[in-house]
Amino acid sequence: MAVMSYIQAVTTALREEMQRDEKVFILGEDVGKKGGVFKATDGLYEEFGGDRVLDTPLSESAIAGVGIGAAMYGMRPVAEMQFADFIMPAVNQIISEAAKIRYRSNNDWNAPITIRAPYGGGVHGALYHSQSVEAVFANQPGLKIVMPSTPFDVKGLLKAAIRDNDPVLFFEHKRAYRLIKGEVPDEDYVLPIGKADVKREGDDITVITYGLGVHFALQAAEKLAEDGIDTHILDLRTVYPLDQEAIIEAAKKTGKVLLVTEDNKEGSIIGEVAAIIAENCLFDLDAPVMRLAGPDVPAMPYSPPMEKFFMINPDKVEKACRDLAEF
Amino acid sequence: MALEKITMPQLGESVTEGTITTWLVKPGDKISKYDPIAEVMTDKVNAEVPSSFSGTIKELTAEEGETLAVGEVICHIEIEGGESEITSSTSNEPNGKTTEDTKEADEDQSMKKRYSPAVLRLAQENDIDLNLVNGTGRGGRITRKDIEKIIASGEIPTQKEEQVVREQESASQQQVQPKQTIKSDENTTKAGDVEIPVTGVRKAIAQKMVTSTTEIPHAWMTIEVDVTDLVRLRNSLKTEFKAQEGYNLTYFAFFVKAVAQALKEFPQLNSTWAGDKIIQRKDINISIAVANEQELFVPVIKHADEKSIKGIAREINELAIKARSGKLTSEDMSGGTFTLNNTGTFGSVQSMGIINHPQAAILQVESIVKRPVIINDMFAARDMVNLCLSLDHRILDGLICGRFLNRLKEILQQTNEETTSIY
Repeated sequence: MAVMSYIQAVTTALREEMQRDEKVFILGEDVGKKGGVFKATDGLYEEFGGDRVLDTPLSESAIAGVGIGAAMYGMRPVAEMQFADFIMPAVNQIISEAAKIRYRSNNDWNAPITIRAPYGGGVHGALYHSQSVEAVFANQPGLKIVMPSTPFDVKGLLKAAIRDNDPVLFFEHKRAYRLIKGEVPDEDYVLPIGKADVKREGDDITVITYGLGVHFALQAAEKLAEDGIDTHILDLRTVYPLDQEAIIEAAKKTGKVLLVTEDNKEGSIIGEVAAIIAENCLFDLDAPVMRLAGPDVPAMPYSPPMEKFFMINPDKVEKACRDLAEF
Repeated sequence: MALEKITMPQLGESVTEGTITTWLVKPGDKISKYDPIAEVMTDKVNAEVPSSFSGTIKELTAEEGETLAVGEVICHIEIEGGESEITSSTSNEPNGKTTEDTKEADEDQSMKKRYSPAVLRLAQENDIDLNLVNGTGRGGRITRKDIEKIIASGEIPTQKEEQVVREQESASQQQVQPKQTIKSDENTTKAGDVEIPVTGVRKAIAQKMVTSTTEIPHAWMTIEVDVTDLVRLRNSLKTEFKAQEGYNLTYFAFFVKAVAQALKEFPQLNSTWAGDKIIQRKDINISIAVANEQELFVPVIKHADEKSIKGIAREINELAIKARSGKLTSEDMSGGTFTLNNTGTFGSVQSMGIINHPQAAILQVESIVKRPVIINDMFAARDMVNLCLSLDHRILDGLICGRFLNRLKEILQQTNEETTSIY
């Protein structure tokens, strides 16, 4: 088993899937010769050639549209949005076409496309390079949204996304790309989409989060453990549709739940998680369900102190956890 | 340990006594400083009495419904003394562990009785009496973990104590019972009837009205005033006034001003019955009746004789807003020497007011109605208003009140664009 970074896990999953299935191809801006602005597709152009690793014009609508069309004709496209922030021109293609084609055609057509996009802040990316856009897509039945936290999950879930017969949005936290490293099995494996994963067992408080938030929670949990506070951490992994069963189980486990996202608080994924808990766990709750999220301001600021204010971090998670533990 | 007294606080400058409406604590309760211990009603204001100490309630010396003078002891509270005292007192106890327990319990216990759904469910499922459980959460809250630990330990707090409490409760209920059984047929409710408990402000209003009508020998008098000029004056100003000042220039403000002026000339009406003497008040503080859906308040316009019509209008507006939002303080409602009741707003043309005890009189300002009136043997359309005075016949007689009303009439009829400035 090799230790690799989050982004290496992306590249590995792509390479293995392209080797396994010749219908898999990549398209996006600078994904070919350059190997992607983050180097996620590094070396794939050399290995598989220009026909399977396509450099496209700066047109996200076309990247998504071409991918969806190819997918409907039986290909397995993996489209890359250079930044999740730039996905907006492609929203119509994704929501109105990809998400609905199976339903609209009564199962005659489907669009097995994977759309990858780096999201998230904390990299001084400011407005156009820091957004969390998952909530935009999170009430569109027909879509799946995967947001892995570890290299292990990246590999297993990206493979699952590519093999999935319906469109999957695969959001990778750009700060995790080189920050997060972990053991990844060499062999071929897939992880189930739609299943959350317990990243830490504990019985005092429950933290439910996803993406980079998982690591913040894990770091906070280490500090909390020194004071005897035992944190249970559930990684959603798939944020749409949500793994209700796992959420209910995790919430019931401690009755004190903190939900964490770096997205703006109102209307974020965790609001839906809170609703699931409210609907199902009333008699197990020992405290109000709490949320830790970005403020409701339009964009990630560029100024470092302000970005720090906006971003969640292990200290903020720890503080919120303590507050809940003491309740 | 030391025993401290908590006394009836002075809830407002002119308040001399307060009635305990509800006890919020019972003997044995641990409370923190500033925790509310009782609801007290004075002069139509409900207020909570905060504890002056942290400690354990020892004895309640006043009952609910009892009225006590300011400064009288309402309860005793046991507080922890210095460190040495604690050890000496606890060393007598067989279990040394209690020192720590009592110390912890002395901390904030405000959340002690806030039960989460999980705690309540577990307590019910396992028949745990939560009164016997010590909470480790914030503010002494019993957490789910506290209950889970008890269940795991198997030492579920005994039910015996609980039974004793229940027996005591049922015994005390039986004692109370006989009083409640005396119910006439008319007081029984039928399906669809709504029972509204008489509490708080409603109860205070009821008591005050009963006092007023049983104690004060009321007499009544009504005069009719031609306020055509006043109406013209007010109508000529009201739009501009509203635009400039942001609130309405009401007729009522003119009446308050006129009454204050007349009272200055007839101080007999601005007085209070005090048993063996009559106190003529120097200050002219006009109580005005302000109602919201459920309650009636009489906030006071102090020194009304020293204020302009504009100033009075402003104050009426502020007091009405406070009354409607329940923000009137006892200060706002104390010190009244004469009451003016704006019954005209309801369209009333005649009414008999009940005097606002212990004042000497109340004046009802009725609706201003346009009516044909004979002036110089000719019909004229005039704005007419009835002013209905209720007087305390112990203090006042018809003669002086008649003069007062005539003077008031004169002032009001002379209120016009030439003689009167609202500023």
